[in-house]
Order: sequence, then C-alpha cells, then structure tokens
Amino acid sequence: MPEALRIIFGRTETALGAAIVLTAIVFSLASPYFLTLPNLVDLVEAYSVTTILAAGVFVVLVSGGIDISFTATASAAQYLAAYLIVRQGVPAVPALATSALLGIAMGSINALLTYHLRVVSIIVTIATASIYYALLIYFTDAEEIYNLPDWWSNGISFFRYETVDGDIVKITLPIVVMATMVALTQYLMSRTRIGRQVYAVGGNPEAASRVGIDILRVQVFAYGYLGLLAAVAGFVQAGRVHQAVPTAMKGEELDVLAVAILGGASLVGGIGSVGGVLLGVLFLAVLQNGLNLLGVSSYFFGVVIGLAILVSISMTGYADKHARSRRAKRAG
Amino acid sequence: MTDPAPDISSSSRSVGREFDRLVKSLRQGGFRVGGLFFLLATLAVIFSLLMPATFPRVSTLQAMMFQLPELGLLSLAMTIPLISGGINLAIIATANAAALLMASILTALMPPDAAGMTLALWLAAAFVAGLLLCILVGLITGLLVAVLGVHPILVTLGTMTLLHGFGIYFTRGRTLSGFPDALLQLSNDTIWGMPISFVLFVVVALLVHVLLTRTALGVRIHMIGSNLEATRYSGVDIRRVLVWVYVLSSLLCFLASVVMMARFNSAGADIAGSYLLITILAAILGGIDPYGGFGRIGGLFVALWILQVIASGFNLLDVSPHLALASWGFILLLVMAAKRLRSGSPSTARRPNKMEN
Repeated sequence: MPEALRIIFGRTETALGAAIVLTAIVFSLASPYFLTLPNLVDLVEAYSVTTILAAGVFVVLVSGGIDISFTATASAAQYLAAYLIVRQGVPAVPALATSALLGIAMGSINALLTYHLRVVSIIVTIATASIYYALLIYFTDAEEIYNLPDWWSNGISFFRYETVDGDIVKITLPIVVMATMVALTQYLMSRTRIGRQVYAVGGNPEAASRVGIDILRVQVFAYGYLGLLAAVAGFVQAGRVHQAVPTAMKGEELDVLAVAILGGASLVGGIGSVGGVLLGVLFLAVLQNGLNLLGVSSYFFGVVIGLAILVSISMTGYADKHARSRRAKRAG
Repeated sequence: MTDPAPDISSSSRSVGREFDRLVKSLRQGGFRVGGLFFLLATLAVIFSLLMPATFPRVSTLQAMMFQLPELGLLSLAMTIPLISGGINLAIIATANAAALLMASILTALMPPDAAGMTLALWLAAAFVAGLLLCILVGLITGLLVAVLGVHPILVTLGTMTLLHGFGIYFTRGRTLSGFPDALLQLSNDTIWGMPISFVLFVVVALLVHVLLTRTALGVRIHMIGSNLEATRYSGVDIRRVLVWVYVLSSLLCFLASVVMMARFNSAGADIAGSYLLITILAAILGGIDPYGGFGRIGGLFVALWILQVIASGFNLLDVSPHLALASWGFILLLVMAAKRLRSGSPSTARRPNKMEN
C-alpha cells in the first residue's frame, strides 16, 4: 500500500510540477508579459477564491468524503456578512464572526447527516446544496447588496511597489487571506492530532475506528473546516466583485473539485497534500493566463480544463494499475 | 481502492447473502414501491384539497406529462450507472453537446426551405450525427472507467467539463434555435391525449426495465454494483459490462437531447444545468441504491411523478419554485432517514466508501 501511494502521489506532483514549468517556459517565450511581477501577482489574486475553496475541499477529500454544497455555504455566509454590515450597521468583526459560524454550522450539518444517515456524502451534499441554495434565494429574493465598506471592496494593500515600467504591484487583502488559510490548512493537516486523524479516517475508516478515533468528530471537523473556508472565500469573493450576490458562485463547485483532484487529492480519501492542491490551482492558473496572453479565446478554457482532468486521471489511473499488477505479481 | 485484497476478504461473508437478495429482488417482478405510491397519493390528495378547482384536472395532468419526459430520460441515463455502482456526471453535458451538434446541422447546413423527403433525410442525418457523438462519449467514458479503473466521478467530471467546454467554445455561450416543425411536434403534439414525448419516455422506461431485469447484461450490471470483485471472480467480463453501462447511459442522453430540443426549441451549452442534481435526487428517491446493485425503474418512475406533482402543485399554489426545490432536498433527506431507520443497526449498513471500487 505505501509503495502504491508513493507512486501515485509522487507521480501526480512531479508530473504536475513538470507540466507547470513547461507551460510557464512556453508562455514566457511566447509572451514577454507572462513572467512579469504584475502579471503573476494579478494571477495569484485572481485565483485566491479558488485556492481557499480548494484547500477546504482538500480536507474533506482526505477524510474520504466529498462536498458539493460549499458554494452555497460561501454564498450564504457572504450574504449574511454583507447584510449585517451594510444593512444593519453591525461592526465588521462580530458580523464576520457570525457569518463564519454560519459557514461552520452549514458544513457540520453535512457531516452529521452523512454520519447518521450512512449515505455517501455526495448524495447528502446534493440534497443540502439544493436546500441551502433554494432557501438562500427564497429569503434574499436573489437581490444583490452593493455599497460594501471601503476596506472590504477596495481592499487594503499591505505592500505597494512600482516597477520600472510604471506598473503597480499590490499585495492585497485577498492574497494575504489566501496565504493565511493555506498555511493554516497545511499546519492543521500535518502538525495536529486532528489533521492526522483526518488522514487515518480517509485511509481506512474501519481501522481508524478500531484504534479509537471518533469518526464523527473527525468528519465534523473536516466538513466544518470546509464550511469555515467557504465562508472566508465568500468574503474574499464579495470584496473582489464589490457586491454580494446570492448566485455568484453557483456552479463553481465542480471546478474547485477538479482543481483539488488535479492536485492529487483522491476521492478514495487518505491521500493528498496542500502542496499538491496548490500545484493544481497553479497549473490551471498558468494555463488560463498564458492562453489569454497568447490571444486564445477565453471560451476555449473549458476544453483545456476538461482535457487536463482527463489526462491527469488517466495518468494516475495508469500508474495505479501498474503498481497494482506489479504487487499482484510479487504476491504470486 | 488501490488494494483489492482486503476488500474481498471483508466482503466475502456477505457476498452470498447479497447475491441472494439481488436475485430475489430481480425475480420479484411487480413494483414493490408501496411507500412511494403512498407518498405520491398523499401529495396528490393534499394538493387537490388545497386547490379543488385547479389541481385535479386533466389539463394539469397533461401539463405534467409535457414536463416529465426530458427529466425522466435523463434520470434513466443517471440510473443505469448508479445501479452499476458508478455515476455519470456528464449526462447533461452529453445531451447538450448532442443537441448542439444536431442543431448546428439543422440550422446551419440544412437549406431552410427543405421539406418532405429532403427534410426527413436532413433530420435523419442530424439524428445519426447526434447518436454517433453520444456513442463515442459513452465508449470513451466506459473505457476509461473499465480499463484504467478510474473512478466514474472523476472520469465523468472530466468528460462533463470537456463537452461543456466544447459547447461554450463553439457557441460562444449563445443558443441555437429555430428547428423544423417536424421535430417540434415531438413535444407539442399528443397521441390519445398524451404528449408524444411522454409516450416515448414510457416506452423507453419499459425497455430499460426489461433490459435491467430480464437480460444477462442487466443482471450483470446489478451484480457489478453489488460486488465488483465477486462478479469479476465469477467469470463476468466486467470491462465489457462497464463499457455498456456508459454507452447505454449516453444513448439515453441522446433521446433526452432530442426531446429537449423539441420542447425548448433551442440548444445551448448551459441548458438544463440544474437537472444534474435533480436526476440523482429522483433516482435516490426512487429507491436506487447509491452504493449500486439495487433499484428498480418502477420506483424511479413514481419518484419522478412525486417531484413533478410537488413542482406543479407549488406552481399552482403560487409558491416560489425555490421552495419546491428546497422541499425536494428535504424529501430526499427524509427518505434516506426512513431507509436508515428501517435498515436497523449501523453494523449491517454497508460501508460508505463502497462506491469507490
């Protein structure tokens, strides 16, 4: 088992890393703007929401589950925060904290239902996603909230730098939030007891439960953490588009899942690293940005993502199969 | 499952019992969906009491029959992979891709004044093109699942993104419309008071039912969903069965795409996107086991009517369609909870990650 893991795991990340370097070289040769600081920083900011969501989805995938209700959670938390701050005049900190709690609660509901109903999480979260979205749109009338406060919509620049060409490079709030969330996820998953327990439960729930791990607690942590990150991603997304729209993120859940899976997280659970997920996002970001700079129609991007997913799963599938047959041969 | 060995040993004890249950459930004919019928009847009575003037009318029934077929055909396309223990997330994308291909033939290539025999030939050409595309998609999906052993969620996530991407690329997000009347009749004309598309759906549902319960392939699809490894060891060529599962699913998508073109008089990459989750909801509500192996088309049929009655009833009551969607989600959770209570202690429940082999 560990050998097979190493092969799949190693292959995914090495192959992805190589693919990123290769595409980056091609694009920087083709477009002089590609490898400039302003472009790269813009790229990071543009993908901040996807990265935060992918980090959360990664934790649920490692736990052996799947969740497609997180964009509904993100939209609900985003809307609640905007409503409290803009319409009710609640100060930022309690408003954001309340909305983050809502995100955690919505995520935890998925965990409780999955555990108690003993149904695959994809079906539970399909049900909750339709309930969350339907209620959100019912209660908000799909009405946008504009006039977000300045700190939220225009962002705070932590660092400002003017290049020789006069381009301005700003490290903005989304970038800082994203870096914090990624670091937090990495710390939780690799350095804490609960993080290691998530890997254990995802790898083999039966064994994990026999060694005394409380499966329910681990699942509530995984889904609740995704709920929290979804709420944070919702805040960042609202800031980037200067408004809170209940349906703004609908339909993005499968893209985020694709990114996490591209980065080597497995649907079987127990496998994956934050670094891999980052590479997955980076690969798609580089690909999209490079194609844009080359003047390829942005309409073509779906085709590129689809091909990337199919090629990457075929490669891992092949490596996996290879490892399996070798092991079978050795076993006699 | 990277390692098949422990899987076999842990499940071998229950294999015999599982197969007994499978064979028994297949032999039992009839519907065995009493609970669902009861739910459907209750809902119909409630809505009739709430709206005695508008709900219990032939026109309401007919309106429901016009709306049911495309969702019904797509649900069948979802059900076959679910019974085999897999899933097909690409059904909507496949149907839309086929519809776009057929629509571009009918609107861009076909001379607008085509009539009679010429029209029939152009329609036939468009159908063949759409059919071939669906078969190709089904073959690719099936081969990736069967030969490389990649999880169907991943494969169909990929094919879905790819097909949707092609659709967006070729249409730039626009829709194609303006199809010949001969095609539109499918969803507008009636036979004995029933829409042609509804009759088509009922016939196809019956055929799928017979295929799943009365043919070797159908029984093997159930067996694979029940226990993949045991089926492999009993000498069934599981690759072949898996390829068939996704080809059949794609063929049903083709039929759905024809019905959708006729009903909406348009084709586009983003049409009916919300149906994906609803087809899964209908299948689960209809008693299709999400872990594979069990489920009957009769149950799915009743479940589709339940969803349709709720949607139509809420619509007539002037309740927000969003609440109808929410109530579908609640009903799905309730049905799963009811099944959970009936199935008893957690130790007899099958492992949640059964789907992953």
